[in-house]
Amino acid sequence: MKKKSAGTAKHTDRENRDLLTKEQTRIMEERQSGVSHAPPLQQDGAGNSPFAHTHSVYGFNDLKHLQSLAVIKTGLVTELRPLDEILERDNQREKDGFPRKINIGRLIKPGKSGKDKIVIVPTTVEEKFIHDSSIHPPNEEDESGGTGDGEEGEVIGEQPIRVEEGAGSGAGQGEGGAHEMESSAYELGRILTEKFELPNLKDKGKKRSLTRYTYDLTDKNKSHGQLLDKKATLKQVIKTNINLGTVSRHEPVDTESLVISPRDRIYRILSREKDYESQAIVFFLRDYSGSMAGKATELVVAQHVMIYSWLLYQYAMQVQTRFILHDTEAKEVSDFYTYYNSKVAGGTQVSAAFKLVNEIVEKENLTADYNIYVFHGTDGDDWDSEGEKAIPEIKAMLMYANRVGISVVRHPYNYSSPTEVEKYLEKSELLTEQSDLIRIDSIREDADEARLIQGIKNLIMHAKVTI
Amino acid sequence: MELVDQHTKKIMEGCKERARDKGLRFQDESLEYIVTNRDLIELSPKAMIPTLYDYWVHDIEVYREKGRYELYPSNPYETVINTRPAISFYNDNNPDWLNVMIFYHVLAHVDFFQNNQYFSHTWDYDFTGQALSDKRLIANARSQKGRWADYVIEFTRGIDNLVGYYNELSALDRPAGSKQTRMLDFYFDVFLQSEKKVSVSDYIKEIERFNECSNKNKKDPYRSFFAEIKRKHPEFEAVFEKNLGKKKTPASDVVEYIIQNSPFLKKEENGWMKPIMEIVRKTSLFFQPQIRTKIMNEGWASYWHETLFLEDDRINGHEVDFARVNAGVTAMPMVGLNPYALGMRIFYHIEEMVNKGKYSVAFSRLADANMREKYDTLTGRGREFIFYVRKHFNDSMFANTFIEQDFITKNNLFVTGKRLNKDRMVWEYYIKSRKAGEYKKMLLDSLYHPPFIEINESKNEDDGLYLNHHFEGKPLVKEFLTNTMLGIEYLWGGPVQLETSEVESVSEPSDGSGGMVHATDTGKDIPEIKWQRVVYTMQNRKLSKKIL
Repeated sequence: MKKKSAGTAKHTDRENRDLLTKEQTRIMEERQSGVSHAPPLQQDGAGNSPFAHTHSVYGFNDLKHLQSLAVIKTGLVTELRPLDEILERDNQREKDGFPRKINIGRLIKPGKSGKDKIVIVPTTVEEKFIHDSSIHPPNEEDESGGTGDGEEGEVIGEQPIRVEEGAGSGAGQGEGGAHEMESSAYELGRILTEKFELPNLKDKGKKRSLTRYTYDLTDKNKSHGQLLDKKATLKQVIKTNINLGTVSRHEPVDTESLVISPRDRIYRILSREKDYESQAIVFFLRDYSGSMAGKATELVVAQHVMIYSWLLYQYAMQVQTRFILHDTEAKEVSDFYTYYNSKVAGGTQVSAAFKLVNEIVEKENLTADYNIYVFHGTDGDDWDSEGEKAIPEIKAMLMYANRVGISVVRHPYNYSSPTEVEKYLEKSELLTEQSDLIRIDSIREDADEARLIQGIKNLIMHAKVTI
Repeated sequence: MELVDQHTKKIMEGCKERARDKGLRFQDESLEYIVTNRDLIELSPKAMIPTLYDYWVHDIEVYREKGRYELYPSNPYETVINTRPAISFYNDNNPDWLNVMIFYHVLAHVDFFQNNQYFSHTWDYDFTGQALSDKRLIANARSQKGRWADYVIEFTRGIDNLVGYYNELSALDRPAGSKQTRMLDFYFDVFLQSEKKVSVSDYIKEIERFNECSNKNKKDPYRSFFAEIKRKHPEFEAVFEKNLGKKKTPASDVVEYIIQNSPFLKKEENGWMKPIMEIVRKTSLFFQPQIRTKIMNEGWASYWHETLFLEDDRINGHEVDFARVNAGVTAMPMVGLNPYALGMRIFYHIEEMVNKGKYSVAFSRLADANMREKYDTLTGRGREFIFYVRKHFNDSMFANTFIEQDFITKNNLFVTGKRLNKDRMVWEYYIKSRKAGEYKKMLLDSLYHPPFIEINESKNEDDGLYLNHHFEGKPLVKEFLTNTMLGIEYLWGGPVQLETSEVESVSEPSDGSGGMVHATDTGKDIPEIKWQRVVYTMQNRKLSKKIL
């Protein structure tokens, strides 16, 4: 392409803006912002702040620091062994009388198409006897070395206590190995159901899914067909050449040296498609007030991803999702990424979210066609401490919902006492009277993955509340 | 993975010549490989050793953040492997001048591996070759025993940080001893005490007699002494010969003790596990010196890549490129510890101090800062001395000996502290101290140090195993205890106990800050930790705790 003068570039830019849909604009902005989208799943203490650095001398190595060799993480690593095999081994461990060792770590990131992606990363820990340096002897704190000018006692920099969400963490991101949200979430749902023994839904509700057939040029076929799919073909050519070793990650692709096999040509052929309609709709509600920042959000979102995956598997992909955030007011957001990453400093009014759900359901007349699930994540704070507004909304919701599940993440300072939300729900006796419709699960901020999965079981199966 | 091309190899050989001229000593042969990203993915879980045994944990993402360095003595992205011949890895698109710099860095590492005393147990064999045969042995065991082979690896790895590295090293330094000295040891250590059960006074009389004999006859102190023994105890020599075969060296660490004494492993059907455990143990021992010389090793390599690169006539015109890369590697961070930067500066400091004769009584007596500054006896022996340090020191000795106030002041170093500012809700980093003592303490505290856990044989009950953790101010990570002890119980085949220390209570700071704020500089309101000894017992895969 020829170089354009600054003026014309600006002009076309604006022109493009007008042509783009709202969603496309959003994606464009996101892509241009250059922000990493990996959520901070693991707090490794090394964020983007200049002071979040390697404290220890052992964090340095020649390949990275001397040769600046990019070290790839995850993604490709998970390809080395199929997940099923790893989980099968884990099940076998249990049969042999040893505890399980695999955690299903998840990475969520929006893809370039605007669709969210879940990458499942199995993780584990090798336990040994090691010193616990988190317990300091008296008069010791988190120390490190430093160099530069300044008097003793002088402050040389600061770091926000809560790293801004969405700023990204270095741990475990990587290219490749990612799948579309749907397929990978479906996989996670299958794993949760099969390996972690989440129950199958016995009664998926009376609502039938509608099926009809359409004909379209959707199926892809190698070597022959009606229409050459140029993009897919080019991808296949590159794939072949990667395997042949003629294309390398570090160098620009030299198109002249590409080897093209006849089977690389991908065609579209006319085929009959089943067109399903969604059977279930899930509302994910999340408190995004200031107190939720950090661990609480992480746990709620992780649990919601797993619930979503599980429902997706149960309904054989026929699930729609709606995301709602609330502080004192509620708003609907369009995608999981915004759902995950938004935060405000406001107060909390739980009823607002429930009210919005009721409104949406009524306005769109969703009860007629869908099984409706509502999952709400909160830290249990509510300005409406008696639940005067929340309880009526919940009661209205229970008229149509298949299940309402509320996850409460308790903050460390009140691990032992119930939060406001728990209190007024308990008082309303909804939990006992309608235990087939509404469940609550309280977890501590330090809950691990196993506890989260147990929590899902609580929300969807057992009426019992456990800490 | 492929070898570097002939052109690059030729550059490397040129580097070797120049490095030798400056006094670096290393084996002639070396292997250089180009690594791609895909190679890295496969190599990094194996600490860059292509022939290391396969283990399923290598294939999945290990949650590395917590206690990463304490758990693994190996560096996942090592560039140089300490083996014969030394292997090193390169990015495939390095320009020549950069390769020259990296080669010098690598050569200094190889020199360090092959001359530092803390690596002496790795000198006599080719680790990658050994690893290959180990890998085959494990693959064979796996084909016969399936997942149980992996359990043995897993459980042994659970205690592979307790290997007796220093015991192993010190055994190397002991002279084997002639037959006569062994007889002498046997006579005093075993024969008199266990066989004859002589009284203390008789025992001392014998020692005196030996001293007399050796004083009289310096050339052959034993002859007359043993002649007397032969007369007194005609059976001595026969008993000695008989005992010679029985004598076994005591286990140098927990893993070896379990291999030698476990009732479970003694069963014939479990004998196959022992070699696997030994492989895990040997592998851990191999990596031990690496992590204990991180600062020195990187400092030494940085010192030499800088020194040699600047004197290399082949790289004219790339000084600026070099400066950029070199600064990136060896600049001191405003906050944090960089082993390249710190180690290199210490080596430069030592060299200068010795060159000026500052490691002397005369200098240490000088109190006047101006005179200290100007002091110079022109010894010119600095380089020689850093070679001595390279041979005989490890990180903790290095830091302990050479971190001194002159060094701290010259390099503008300080200890940073981190505290909470509640009003602004930020962590503040501040200059905590510019004292050498504080800096040294901070550095030493951050060095790798596995817990000191020994077997207390006198407390082994029936078929049990009693582990004693010598408390050094830090408790063990609690959440790891169960699985680690479960593994030991499996390998031992009986109940396992661990005596350790835990926090009994922490006194609340009186200002009611809720424990969020760390102790302040003023020294008041410091929470005091009370420790207590506890015993954990793992029996039938259940963990229980008892307070002593």
